[in-house]
Amino acid sequence: MTDAQLADLSNTLLVVAILAYTVAMFGYAIEFAFGRKGVVASRAAAPAKRVLVGAGGPEQEEATAPPAPPAPTAGRAAWFGRFGVAAAVIGALAQLGCLAARGFAAGRVPWGNMYEFVSVACVVGTITWLVVSARRPVRYLGMFVMLPVVLLLGLAGTVLYVDAGPLMPALNSYWLWIHVSTASISVGIYLIGGVLSVLYLLREGYDRRVAAGRAANAPGFPFGVGRHLPAADGLERMTFRLHAFGFPIWTFAIICGAIWAEAAWSRYWGWDPKETWAFISWVVYAAYLHARATTGWRGPRAAAIAVLGFVTMMINLYVINFAVSGLHSYSGL
Amino acid sequence: MSTVTPSGETVTPPDEQDALTGLATAPEDATAREDRRAGRTEPDGGGRGPSGPGRLNALLEEPRRWWRILTSMRTALVLLFLLALAAVPGSTFPQRDLNQNKVEEYFAEHPKLAPVLDKLSAFDVFASPWFAAIYLLLFISLVGCLVPRIRVHARAMVKRPPAAPRHLDRLPVSASAPVTGDPSALADAARGVLRRARWRTVVRTEESGAVTVSAEKGYLRETGNLAFHVALVGLLVGVASGSLWGWKASVLTVEGNAFCDTVQAYDSFSPGSRMRDAALPSFCVQLDDFQGTYLANGQPEDFLAKVKYIQGDRAFTQDPDTEYDLKVNHPLRLDGANVYLINHGYAPVLRYTDRYGRVFEETPAFLPQDVQLTSEGAFVLPDVNQDPKSTVRTTDVQMAFTGFFLPTAPPSGPPIRSISPEAKDPAVTLVGYRGDTGLDSGIARSVYSIDQNQVDSGALKSVGSKKLSVGEVWTLDDGTTLQFAGYREFMTVQVGHDPGEMLVLVSAGFMLVGLIASLTVRRRRMFVRVTGDGELTVGGLARTDPDRFADEFQSLVERIERTAPAKEGAS
Ligand code: HEM
Repeated sequence: MTDAQLADLSNTLLVVAILAYTVAMFGYAIEFAFGRKGVVASRAAAPAKRVLVGAGGPEQEEATAPPAPPAPTAGRAAWFGRFGVAAAVIGALAQLGCLAARGFAAGRVPWGNMYEFVSVACVVGTITWLVVSARRPVRYLGMFVMLPVVLLLGLAGTVLYVDAGPLMPALNSYWLWIHVSTASISVGIYLIGGVLSVLYLLREGYDRRVAAGRAANAPGFPFGVGRHLPAADGLERMTFRLHAFGFPIWTFAIICGAIWAEAAWSRYWGWDPKETWAFISWVVYAAYLHARATTGWRGPRAAAIAVLGFVTMMINLYVINFAVSGLHSYSGL
Repeated sequence: MSTVTPSGETVTPPDEQDALTGLATAPEDATAREDRRAGRTEPDGGGRGPSGPGRLNALLEEPRRWWRILTSMRTALVLLFLLALAAVPGSTFPQRDLNQNKVEEYFAEHPKLAPVLDKLSAFDVFASPWFAAIYLLLFISLVGCLVPRIRVHARAMVKRPPAAPRHLDRLPVSASAPVTGDPSALADAARGVLRRARWRTVVRTEESGAVTVSAEKGYLRETGNLAFHVALVGLLVGVASGSLWGWKASVLTVEGNAFCDTVQAYDSFSPGSRMRDAALPSFCVQLDDFQGTYLANGQPEDFLAKVKYIQGDRAFTQDPDTEYDLKVNHPLRLDGANVYLINHGYAPVLRYTDRYGRVFEETPAFLPQDVQLTSEGAFVLPDVNQDPKSTVRTTDVQMAFTGFFLPTAPPSGPPIRSISPEAKDPAVTLVGYRGDTGLDSGIARSVYSIDQNQVDSGALKSVGSKKLSVGEVWTLDDGTTLQFAGYREFMTVQVGHDPGEMLVLVSAGFMLVGLIASLTVRRRRMFVRVTGDGELTVGGLARTDPDRFADEFQSLVERIERTAPAKEGAS
């Protein structure tokens, strides 16, 4: 195949991926909408049955096993959920193909401009989600993940799109390989972490409102959604684990960026706007990890910080690339 | 015998409470315990007032309270937030360090607001006193919180796991099975299992004759956490030493020319506040050939500066002789300084022949104005058209040319913008001036432009403008000529040295490793008790990742049970 054909193939696969993710989103949404009776009922019915578990000491909160997760949905709704997973897998494969074809077409790694960067983040996010939902009974939440993925990827494929081409000389370095891929991977993981933080906040808010005795008139939007979400501490723990996984990668990405900047721009750190916002995100995520270990901050406050962290990542990606010029103006636009 | 309490005596099992303490990693726990041990009171506790010998204590009460607040986790959290928040204006306002021109533009656009913002250091955020105040407080807090934690952790590292609590079945996870055999042999076997799984273990015999194993693992978590935070301090020290003792400079060099590492040779030089010029290493770098390659659409593909360099004492006496391919991402690393390629452009070779037939040739660098390298510059000739027979200097016959260099002039239309950064059809468009350039007045000025005041005052008068292709000659009204004889390329390099760099890099490495350890290592405690009447009980406690512990625990219990003969199996 010629480079031009490869580039065309890549564009076709992008469309396939967006369509597949959209289909996945609807599949998941149907499971969420119609499978929830089963979920709520089974949660109410089965008080956590614990094997090998007794009362904890003062660290009870940490030390007890989590309450049993809601049973996976059953019946036709579950079928739609599985369909959603299949569509998401197809989407991810199409997207990997899209990136590979582009890499071959341009003769370089496929993360050299903003469109490609967002694309990598989306596929990482999707794969992360597929792994998480294979290990925990949270598949029916897939809609909440597919929605931002479709939006981000759709935006990337239209507004940010640039034709496959070689890199500018400043990007011609093996650090591109490492720094940009890890940065993109962290965005993908943080995306899922951010989504789960929001879901946790909804569930926790719902629980609090119910506990406050407003159960008679059930909490309205947005916390009403919380009724259909998994138990709060399970969500919180998943959120933490994703961030604990993403944070070292993000740290590594920043360190690599600094090493690269030393070789390319003569200094490892210069408070270029992109660097400044990477610093801000890093500090916010560090604050999240601290908050989680600080009495009075654990829980919703910490989760809100995690959401804020993702907001700063998005500001860095969208606002800084477009509104502020700096050394990092490599969006290709 | 396998009992190893310090003096070999037997122990009384404590309550669960004790089994749980010491597993916490948060410094609040640590410092609170420190305080209790030192007999300190809670900040708002009742113990105030000068009771007994406590007058000094009372005096110290207030500072201690502030110290406790400063080093608390909550304060650290607030300071972290402030740090993130304080960095925001650094990206919204133009910064002097990054782009002085943008700051001046901002002043021009907001003449009222800008000076106020400037007072607040809005254009030097990262060098501002308030930014420094936040990170210094944060680091004081960090050190204050690290020291006791290191002490506590060091003690924990040498301490043996605590005695097994009385009721193992009250621990978060527990299991029990009937067994037969000698309790201490069984306990030893259980200990073997745990040891092989790299738990730290200790065997004790209780008053009742029961033998227990206490086991603990995951010390590396706190070690990693402390390493991470200590490395943060190292990072700050590295950054600070770089800005105190480092220096950087930049210089533009046209093909065929060289520069040496002296302050005078540089176009700009900024030393760290503690750096002395004498500390500059000696070297010279000569640019032989600059090659830019571009795609058909003008997108640059590669830049290569073929240079020669020489360093050490030889640099003073000999020409550069060692070749090097200087590229973006491929700096020239010398002893005590690095040379980075950061920009490039064109310098037209301009040849002026004056009224007396003397030829003045120069290759002034024209600075790029856009991505197609349309470049702007000036050629100023204060010494031309002077009658060689006269000793009186006339100022009104000086010449100056300003205008643009276009690497590729458009084939038709006005030659204002280049259409490619590659020199495919180079041209210059120049305006000529005659008169007083003002250069005698001795004020140092940019060599890239002429003094606009001289034009405005009428001292410099235009003598027309012209587009020239390579080789073309422009004959002016007084018969003098200007030839566009060709062009050369130039490079701009940044030269500098940062003595803190290595420390920063090593600290960053430790940060990362420490971080990974502190986020992945799991902290656990296990207790095994074998009683004389043949009961094996195992209890476990997870400080981190408790929901994963159940499986781990289960598999350990199975392995322990396999080492013990079950009751039914024996006689
Ligand atoms: C320069 C400022 C600081 C930064 C950037 C920072 C960053 C971090 C990060 C990224 C973590 C997460 C990794 C882990 O869980 O070990 C962490 C953990 C931690 N930090 Fe900091 N830190 C800072 C200052 C402090 C200060 C001042 C304190 C004490 C008051 C502190 C106490 C802790 C503790 C106790 C943990 C462990 C939390 C846990 O148990 O999970 N840190 N820090």
